[in-house]
Amino acid sequence: MATLELSLPEEVEQPVRRKRGLGLLFWFAISWIVIIFAVAILAPVLPLQNPVDMDMLERRAWISTEHWLGTDGLGRDELARLIWGARVSLTVGLCAPLIGLIVGGALGLLAGYFRGRFETLVVGSMDVLLAFPPLIFALAVVAYLGQSIPNLTFILGFLGIPAFMRVSRAATLTLARREFVIAAEALGATHARILLRELLPNVFLPLFAFFLLGVAVTIVAEGSLSFLGLGVPPPMASWGSMIGEGRESLEMAPRLAFLPAFAMFVTVLAFNLVGDTLRALTDPRQGAL
Amino acid sequence: MNGALLSIQDVAVELPTPRGNLRAVDHVDLTLEAGRTLGVVGESGCGKTMLSRAILQLLPKKAKLTGRVMFDGRDLARLDPESLRELRGRDLAVVFQDPMTSLNPVLTIGTQLMETIQEHLELDAPAAKRRSIDLLTAVGIPAPEQRLAQYPHQCSGGMRQRIAIAIAMSCEPKLLIADEPTTALDVTIQAQILDLLAREQRRRHMAMILITHDLGVVAGRTDEVAVMYAGRVVERAPTPTLFKRMHMPYTEALLAAIPKLETAPHTPLPAISGRPPDPTRPLPGCAFAPRCRYAAGRCHQAKPDLSAAETAGHFYACFHPIQMAEDVGA
Amino acid sequence: MLNFIVRRLIYLVPVLLAVSLLTFLIASLLPGDLAYVILGDQATPEKVAALRHDMGLDQPMWWRYLSWVGQVLQGDLGRSFRTGQTVLQAVAERIPVSIELMLLAEIIGLVIGVPLAIACAARAGSAFDRFMTGGAFAMLSVPSFLSAILLIYLFAVELRWLPATGYVPLTEDPIANLRFFVLPALTLALAEWPGIMRVLRSDMIATLQEDYISLAKAKGLKPSRILFVHALKPSSLTLVTITGINIGRLIGGALIVESIFALPGIGRLLVGAIYTRDLIILQGVVLLVASGFVIMNFIVDMLYAVLDPRIRHGHA
Repeated sequence: MATLELSLPEEVEQPVRRKRGLGLLFWFAISWIVIIFAVAILAPVLPLQNPVDMDMLERRAWISTEHWLGTDGLGRDELARLIWGARVSLTVGLCAPLIGLIVGGALGLLAGYFRGRFETLVVGSMDVLLAFPPLIFALAVVAYLGQSIPNLTFILGFLGIPAFMRVSRAATLTLARREFVIAAEALGATHARILLRELLPNVFLPLFAFFLLGVAVTIVAEGSLSFLGLGVPPPMASWGSMIGEGRESLEMAPRLAFLPAFAMFVTVLAFNLVGDTLRALTDPRQGAL
Repeated sequence: MNGALLSIQDVAVELPTPRGNLRAVDHVDLTLEAGRTLGVVGESGCGKTMLSRAILQLLPKKAKLTGRVMFDGRDLARLDPESLRELRGRDLAVVFQDPMTSLNPVLTIGTQLMETIQEHLELDAPAAKRRSIDLLTAVGIPAPEQRLAQYPHQCSGGMRQRIAIAIAMSCEPKLLIADEPTTALDVTIQAQILDLLAREQRRRHMAMILITHDLGVVAGRTDEVAVMYAGRVVERAPTPTLFKRMHMPYTEALLAAIPKLETAPHTPLPAISGRPPDPTRPLPGCAFAPRCRYAAGRCHQAKPDLSAAETAGHFYACFHPIQMAEDVGA
Repeated sequence: MLNFIVRRLIYLVPVLLAVSLLTFLIASLLPGDLAYVILGDQATPEKVAALRHDMGLDQPMWWRYLSWVGQVLQGDLGRSFRTGQTVLQAVAERIPVSIELMLLAEIIGLVIGVPLAIACAARAGSAFDRFMTGGAFAMLSVPSFLSAILLIYLFAVELRWLPATGYVPLTEDPIANLRFFVLPALTLALAEWPGIMRVLRSDMIATLQEDYISLAKAKGLKPSRILFVHALKPSSLTLVTITGINIGRLIGGALIVESIFALPGIGRLLVGAIYTRDLIILQGVVLLVASGFVIMNFIVDMLYAVLDPRIRHGHA
């Protein structure tokens, strides 16, 4: 009867899925990211006050022409700290997932392509790494290594490796069976050539979408550590440490906690939005949301 | 027909798709009397499953249904959800195509049988359990008591379809719709399941709609056959009449596609050339014309209506009906 | 089933060994000599050398690791050189607080997330569904220390309904205890429910497309039974998985939340140990928490098997 079973599935029941174009929100998110980056990069040349200059006579001063957003509990200019804080949050937020992207991406690519023992080893060791509650791992290591931006970046990046490895391996596994890879193999292409020219360009997009989500997660993680006073060393400003310091003056000047909190929330949301949109675009298997 | 149990009147189903509206069922009229069996035959995509879903009111949310589905004097398409719910499972039951997916994998067979019984019949748990065991025995399942505590994945495909049939028959429905009940099964099991359905249909005096793509399945097991193509009924006749004097070239092609035991092995089946028309782009003429070897100019311009043939109860929609010279046994 | 448990148990051994090795390596390879930490920077080299010898720090690394694991296996995780408390005592004292916090948080998270997920899945694509999914997405971008600040400001500073910080043991005064737990648990739950809702929602939407749901409808079952028994039960597997995955995040979240609300739990013990560089406590607690995490994941796997008959009977 096979001859009669032609084309056209009888049930055209599609899973409920909203068609998600690059809506207005997406472009808002992009604009916010661009603005925050521009401000953070230009911080040294902007006419800002010194973010670490204390003025004990002007503690928690209200908004004025001198201090556009007032001063914090130690009389430091809030706007300057907010912008310099963005530098820290974005530096760590971008560099750490970059480590995860490169190392995890490479491991996943190799594991997904070569399979066998190597894959077992990689997947197994990542399982062990995942056994640690990440924040506790980060705290412990920062406690030993000492607080500094490079240390923070390194450890947060390291913690991101298993997740990137999984994404990259999953993408490679599906791709490695596709015709163009098999064709390349049949034509006698070297492993290196297949990995770099055939697989990498195709694995890169889902990895990049995941990278953006990783940026959001890292900004939150860095914020949490700094909030606890275990992130960037004082007097350097980061959004997390500013929120932590602002907590002390929640009754007198709640804006000191809420301004950096708002900045962090919008930035994280923006990266989540862009990352999620790209992921939905690059991953056709994903269902609704 | 007044005494009809089921009377489908001018039923059409439209589905919105990215390429435009798809008319899955195109103004179909059918009737079925209590205790009788109707075969609905056609290729995949001809709308036969959508028609069964329309009767059961189980169409996808976005589908648009027009026309009337009169069952036992009530229009199912306009029935309130609560009355419909009481009707389903009790008077109107269904067996789906794939028993691998139609039973809930995380509920025991007992739960799935008993919940229907307890929903519709005033029975307490022990009585429902006794009835479940009787039903499983009736559909030929050994050690039914043990089966009740098992999960679907612990049964074979044929076994699962027997269970699905037991569920369908659990409240003595007036109408059973069997939607390709054997397509997903092993060839050796197919005849057993079909015979089981036929036997229980006669015993319980149910009306039955047997949906299939295989004309061979309906021969000898149904009272009447409706052949569907591109959402329309193109030929309808009492089963013996259809096999003796079919008029539609499409029906002939379907018949030719049945593998016959007497032909030598590895003989290629005469397939129907071409493919069904794109249902989102309806043709002006007969939908089968592009694939029909008898088609003439007129067939491409106008749609033939369903018209009565010389035998009572035989209707066909064709400008160039074939006249069968020989008797084709099935 | 037994076979399955044994297989998973055997898998636990190398994972736990690796966890202990990693914990040990963090504590040993990184700068900061324990003897200097204990004695202070002004200590004479002789005193340091003597202490190092006493503590076995002059032994080769592998020997120290083995003897440490040996001690751990005998239930000796060491003793804080600051408070004199053993690691086990310190943890036993504080673990009820952390467990109460995480339980309350997970319950609140499920109470918010599950009904919303069911309501959204039942009406997928409706305005309500889109609003709630959007809200959940935005909530995912709110770190718990942010919602903590917001909740403190709202309920403790402005409305003065609830205390911002503090703790009373449950055995002493259950009502006061709960009052202290409301804000921290709510803070954690606010981070939990969006994940629960999103995953359960998409899972249930997929389940609702299944043939057996069509059959359940055709059987004339009540909509509530279809939704809660036929659709929710298969999806409850997902619920168990996500609850399990959440535990890791909950532990991390509890750490921060305990610090903010001054709850004397494991998180605060750990943060305190970091501030005071109490390395023995740190090493012991990290090992215990990570092992607890691994074992919790094992339990989740078991639960999963109990819930899914296909796995239980080895048809996975």
